[in-house]
Amino acid sequence: MDPQHITTKERFAIPRQVMPAQSADIRNKNFKEVNLGYSAELAQTEALRCIQCKDPACIKGCPVNIKIDQFIKLIADGDFLGAARKIKEDNVLPAICGRVCPQEDQCEKTCILTKKHTSVAIGNLERFAADYERETGNVKLPSVKASTGKKVAVIGSGPAGLSCANDLIQMGHAVTVFEALHELGGVLVYGIPEFRLPKDIVRSEIDGLKKLGVEFITNAVAGRSVTVDELLTEEGFDAVFIGSGAGLPWFLGIPGENLLGVYSANEFLTRVNLMKSYQFPDNDTPVFNCKGKNVAVFGGGNTAMDAVRTAKRLGAEHAYIVYRRSETEMPARLEEVHHAKEEGVEFLMLMNPLEFIGNEQQWLTGAKCLKMELGEPDESGRRRPVPIIGSEFVLPVDMAVISIGNGSNPLIKQTTPDIDVSKRDTIVVDINTMATSKDNVYAGGDVVTGGATVILAMGAGRTAATAIHRKLMGIDSDE
Amino acid sequence: MHKIVSAIFLAENIKKIEIEAPRIAKKRKAGQFIMIRVGETGERIPLTIADSDPEKGTISIIVQGMGKSTKELNSKNAGDTVNDIVGPLGTPSHIEKFGTAVSIGGGVGTAIAYPTAVALKEAGNYVITINGARSKDLVILENEMKAVSDEAYITTDDGSYGFHGFVTQKLQELIDSGKKIDYVLAIGPIPMMKAIAEVTRPYGIKTMVSLNPIMVDGTGMCGGCRVTVDNQIKFACVDGPEFDAHQVDFKNLTDRNKVYLPEEKQSAEAFRHQCNLQ
Ligand SMILES: Cc1cc2nc3c(=O)[nH]c(=O)nc-3n(C[C@H](O)[C@H](O)[C@H](O)COP(=O)(O)OP(=O)(O)OC[C@H]3O[C@@H](n4cnc5c(N)ncnc54)[C@H](O)[C@@H]3O)c2cc1C
Ligand SMILES: Cc1cc2nc3c(=O)[nH]c(=O)nc-3n(C[C@H](O)[C@H](O)[C@H](O)COP(=O)(O)OP(=O)(O)OC[C@H]3O[C@@H](n4cnc5c(N)ncnc54)[C@H](O)[C@@H]3O)c2cc1C
Ligand code: SF4
Ligand code: SF4
Ligand code: FES
Repeated sequence: MDPQHITTKERFAIPRQVMPAQSADIRNKNFKEVNLGYSAELAQTEALRCIQCKDPACIKGCPVNIKIDQFIKLIADGDFLGAARKIKEDNVLPAICGRVCPQEDQCEKTCILTKKHTSVAIGNLERFAADYERETGNVKLPSVKASTGKKVAVIGSGPAGLSCANDLIQMGHAVTVFEALHELGGVLVYGIPEFRLPKDIVRSEIDGLKKLGVEFITNAVAGRSVTVDELLTEEGFDAVFIGSGAGLPWFLGIPGENLLGVYSANEFLTRVNLMKSYQFPDNDTPVFNCKGKNVAVFGGGNTAMDAVRTAKRLGAEHAYIVYRRSETEMPARLEEVHHAKEEGVEFLMLMNPLEFIGNEQQWLTGAKCLKMELGEPDESGRRRPVPIIGSEFVLPVDMAVISIGNGSNPLIKQTTPDIDVSKRDTIVVDINTMATSKDNVYAGGDVVTGGATVILAMGAGRTAATAIHRKLMGIDSDE
Repeated sequence: MHKIVSAIFLAENIKKIEIEAPRIAKKRKAGQFIMIRVGETGERIPLTIADSDPEKGTISIIVQGMGKSTKELNSKNAGDTVNDIVGPLGTPSHIEKFGTAVSIGGGVGTAIAYPTAVALKEAGNYVITINGARSKDLVILENEMKAVSDEAYITTDDGSYGFHGFVTQKLQELIDSGKKIDYVLAIGPIPMMKAIAEVTRPYGIKTMVSLNPIMVDGTGMCGGCRVTVDNQIKFACVDGPEFDAHQVDFKNLTDRNKVYLPEEKQSAEAFRHQCNLQ
């Protein structure tokens, strides 16, 4: 098909191009990436499906307003590097977002084709362009403005911190990122597993920032190693951006939660991803030996899907998702739910845990659950699950993973009392500037919103970078 | 990378290691710890900061070789490096002028009790220290403890040195002698801490213990270090590691610390094998 002379009818006739993937019964035994990416040919074919709307609705669905129509056109024309650079005008981590954005709720939801056909595979195309640029060694560093002499400290190296650092360094400010863990990337490295987001990609994005001059200090816990006040005084920073995420795991608060074999999703995923316990004993950190065991993950979000698919890969005989509501209410990305099912994960819907049961040695042996049914819709419009009286039963499990969400870490709050926080302990900001109640201190990402998405965290980091720049350079915000 | 400045054995299997960590040396307070990762494939393990020298930019840790990670660390010498150190972590010990404060250390727990004993002394307390060990050659920090104590006692299980018996017996003796004790800090093996809690409970003496659950991040992110205190879940790495001894569920802590026994054995054996080959 000649991209220059293709009729709308012909475009409509092209089916959405499926991304090749490892087959389910092979990938559920390894940690290699599930999706294999588009070939150039598949990408170009998919790009031809975009009708190049005059007023592209897809862009409104993207939290950072990537010029989607333009980059897709460049792919259709075979200018893959041009496409990657077009995306990067608005999104510094396209290889990551292309992989993990909940596209069906964002850009692909508002794509005009969604109404009549299936949307353009915007995420897959974004991933293709970014991978092409990186794999062909063509990543071009953006230019950095002359030094302003100003110094900004960024706390946390998740997507919020990285995108904030990226913008600030390009504006000519000196940027130092303080990260609590020994590796950079936040949830991208300790939470989201290798099979969904290869760590090499995160590393290469961070290397790019290093080349631009961003300084990274790992093993530095704000509030303990150094406080926000010390950064602003002794350490001489002109502003601080807090992107410390939502990393405090919630538990169910039911009996038996301290039995052996009960984990938070954070602990399970951190052991496996960050500490690489799937390679035990070559890596020293152990994790529950799932081989031949029954594992239940409680929750229905992306984190739950990652945990359950990880358990399956570690050899679990049965790997269950136990969720209180029904499948339509599950917040996880559709693709992950679909992949999990293909991999043999069993979904137990409308079920609520009441108690964990253990043996003499305090090892978990089962989870007492209650069956639910859907009642009237609640304030959020979702139908509220109500218990079915007398439906208790014990699900035999050897390991349980609690994945019901995270609060924010109290360390910064405790040591910087003049930063206002909400009742839920999230930092309160002015959403136009991400400024906190404390002078020259900004915040964004999960620490402000509670657990959300990579792209929203990045967007917040960028908004803050712009506001910090204006403040430091004395630019009036009305200009 | 952090350089080891000096490393000397204090007793068999217990080594004092001084490491460069300037930021931590400047900030740390008594009762705080670090997470250390020895090599690229290493696990993150918690160790108390026994001492620091802000001028030199170093901290000291005292390590008992238990399994793979601590034995590997104890095989290091001056000039070697470790990959990662993060800290100071944990809530510092609550220090005030209680009056008469007794600091009790069992085994390597003495190393953990030492910095807090120093702080209690600096705060103007009358400090009594009781250091327990199985036998004479396992007694550590004897002179250091003496230097900060108004009264210093050593106990050994086998009677080879000092008082013959357990630290609990010595404490009971002090209480029975009519001494008014206002505060007790006990750090050591879990059975010891539990026993101390039972000694002081009837007298209502405020008693703190430093708990040693298995940790991963040490920053409050994973919940692996959760302990039950006053029937509530607490994260030892941020809410602790020191807790009110009379409210701690010691049984749960003992059970939870056994979760990786087979894996720990496997790692330790592989490490021994590796050492034998070298
Ligand atoms: C398992 C899992 C799967 C997910 N899957 C998806 C997905 O598919 N798609 C999607 O869009 N979103 C997903 N999310 C959500 C997404 O990852 C987060 O919304 C996003 O990472 C938030 O970015 P952030 O920069 O605000 O925080 P984080 O990514 O949490 O990064 C915060 C960083 O700050 C560090 N830090 C914390 N406290 C301190 C301190 N005191 N001092 C120094 N450093 C500190 C942390 O160690 C961390 O590195 C997932 C989340 C999880 C946990
Ligand atoms: C706050 C705190 C302070 C501590 N301070 C000291 C100290 O100053 N000196 C000292 O010698 N020891 C200290 N410990 C104990 C020390 O961390 C463990 O002995 C060490 O982690 C054992 O690791 P290993 O691989 O050598 O042994 P393993 O064979 O792995 O384990 C031996 C035992 O140590 C415990 N353990 C294992 N892994 C961990 C882990 N990641 N975190 C915590 N405990 C673990 C388990 O109970 C296990 O049964 C402290 C522990 C805590 C929680
Ligand atoms: S960043 Fe996310 S929402 Fe925006 S275009 Fe890319 S995949 Fe869609
Ligand atoms: S809405 Fe869909 S068809 Fe229209 S420009 Fe965007 S991606 Fe292309
Ligand atoms: S060690 Fe992870 S929360 Fe304490």
